[in-house]
Amino acid sequence: MKEYWHSVILEKDFCNGCTYCLDRCPTQAIRVKDGKAQIINERCIDCGECLKVCPFHAKGAQTDSLEMLNNYKFNIALPAISLYGQFEFDYDMNTIMNGLYELGFDYVYDVAYAADILTAYQLDKIKESQRPKPLISTYCPAVTRLIQIRYPSLIDHIIRLESPMQVSAWMAKQKIMETTGLASEDIGVFYITQCPAKITSIKNPIGIEDSHINGAISIETIYSKLIRIYNDIEVKTQIQKASAGGIVWGMVGGQSFAMGIENYMAVDGIEEVIKVLDRLEMGKLSDVDFLEAYACVTGCVGGPLNVENPFIAKTRIRMRSKQTPRIDDLDSLKVYDKSLIEWDQDIKPFPVLKLDTDIRKALEKMSKIEELFQSLPGIDCGACGAPTCRALAEDIVLGKADIKSCLVKNNSEDK
Amino acid sequence: MEHAIEKSAVGAAMTLEYDIEQDDFSRAGEASSKIKKLLKQLGIDSGIIRRIAIASYEAEINVVIHSNGGKITVFVKSDCIEVFVEDEGPGIENVEMAMTEGFSTATSAIRELGFGAGMGLPNMKRCSDNFFIESKLGESTRLKMVWSI
Repeated sequence: MKEYWHSVILEKDFCNGCTYCLDRCPTQAIRVKDGKAQIINERCIDCGECLKVCPFHAKGAQTDSLEMLNNYKFNIALPAISLYGQFEFDYDMNTIMNGLYELGFDYVYDVAYAADILTAYQLDKIKESQRPKPLISTYCPAVTRLIQIRYPSLIDHIIRLESPMQVSAWMAKQKIMETTGLASEDIGVFYITQCPAKITSIKNPIGIEDSHINGAISIETIYSKLIRIYNDIEVKTQIQKASAGGIVWGMVGGQSFAMGIENYMAVDGIEEVIKVLDRLEMGKLSDVDFLEAYACVTGCVGGPLNVENPFIAKTRIRMRSKQTPRIDDLDSLKVYDKSLIEWDQDIKPFPVLKLDTDIRKALEKMSKIEELFQSLPGIDCGACGAPTCRALAEDIVLGKADIKSCLVKNNSEDK
Repeated sequence: MEHAIEKSAVGAAMTLEYDIEQDDFSRAGEASSKIKKLLKQLGIDSGIIRRIAIASYEAEINVVIHSNGGKITVFVKSDCIEVFVEDEGPGIENVEMAMTEGFSTATSAIRELGFGAGMGLPNMKRCSDNFFIESKLGESTRLKMVWSI
């Protein structure tokens, strides 16, 4: 994480300083100060839980508007695979994707086809692997960041392959540069996104220097526009190229289905992912070949910037996949340069949960935290603005909060 | 009763203690999880933490499955971390056999739950820098594992 840039933002006017997001954040990255929620940048993994849970719609993701297309001579759209689950069955996906031309795009690349390509390379990695098992997919950026922060000893398990979004960006941009002769700066590449984690990985990629994607437009933005113009969409090109395997990457279990492997685990929901990663750290599950983990329940169709209910979308993905042929010979897809497909940078740990870089000082702080914690009520009410009494004790010792913040303690002392 | 394994809090900058109940499967692993979390906050090398976590997890499970209940004590000292596990019996009849890979005294009910593969003690020894065990039938089992930091 270069400068801890996050796509998750707070709309201060709507925030009423309640405890919903405070409680739900899996990395305890939220504090309420002066009646408004604040995100601790180093701890945020962009999982979007706070977006999903805020009853006042005070949390959002920084997305770009279609106006941004005006900055470029040529615009490429990369629709998230979740798009396959957003529309009812009567809608033809190829037509929907052609609808993006009407919205101002000049070229559309089927990201699910990039998933087909990655399936072939990922299967190889699993077969040839000398790395510790299970191998962990990087598809969900929030899970990758969670591992960097909380489970650095599992970094070796991570498969260093780019995401379908990334591979699509490379392929599409290269093709357009070749066919039009336009310079890189004149081409706008936009990901039609289902979640904040993906947006952050565009502006702040892991494993590569530059994402080559210029903007992220949420599925919410284009959904109603596409439905309205659907009957008038002119189908200019065959955009849909994905096989059954590529389409199911939109749901939990999809990657394993695409690879045709049996010895895998598929976990969805950030709390459940945390429980499984805890077990992995203990040395359990080492006879499983592959783990695909998603911060959102149901997988990417569960991302907060989707429109449709995640379970309905998941069923549609499954059914659309069934109606599409599978690729028999995955090897035929492995025709690309490894540099296009693999990450070239190391995944670094981010030990932001450490109390101090010096163990002795960390021990001192920990004793103080322990002592302070014993003097607090222990009911995790959140009134102080920290999610738990323990978190408050830590904040106090680290100089970020005051013992006076504990209203419960203050009240009982007044008596 | 004289014990060969020495348990001393001298030099411990921090002490952690957890009571483990016999047969309490729903909480099995909680103590080692808490230990791991605290050690991460201290910034100890993640490789060492992983080994301590695995060893203390195996020890905790052993106390739950095989003993009448026990206690895990962790001393964080300036140059090492010591983990003591002591239970209230029933004791191990043959310690050498118990340390063999694959040897298990687990009942079939325990095995059905997925435990009792006979790798616990050997794993603990392999994961720790120093490993000491003391036990006799009819007495408590005492374990000491040390890691240099």
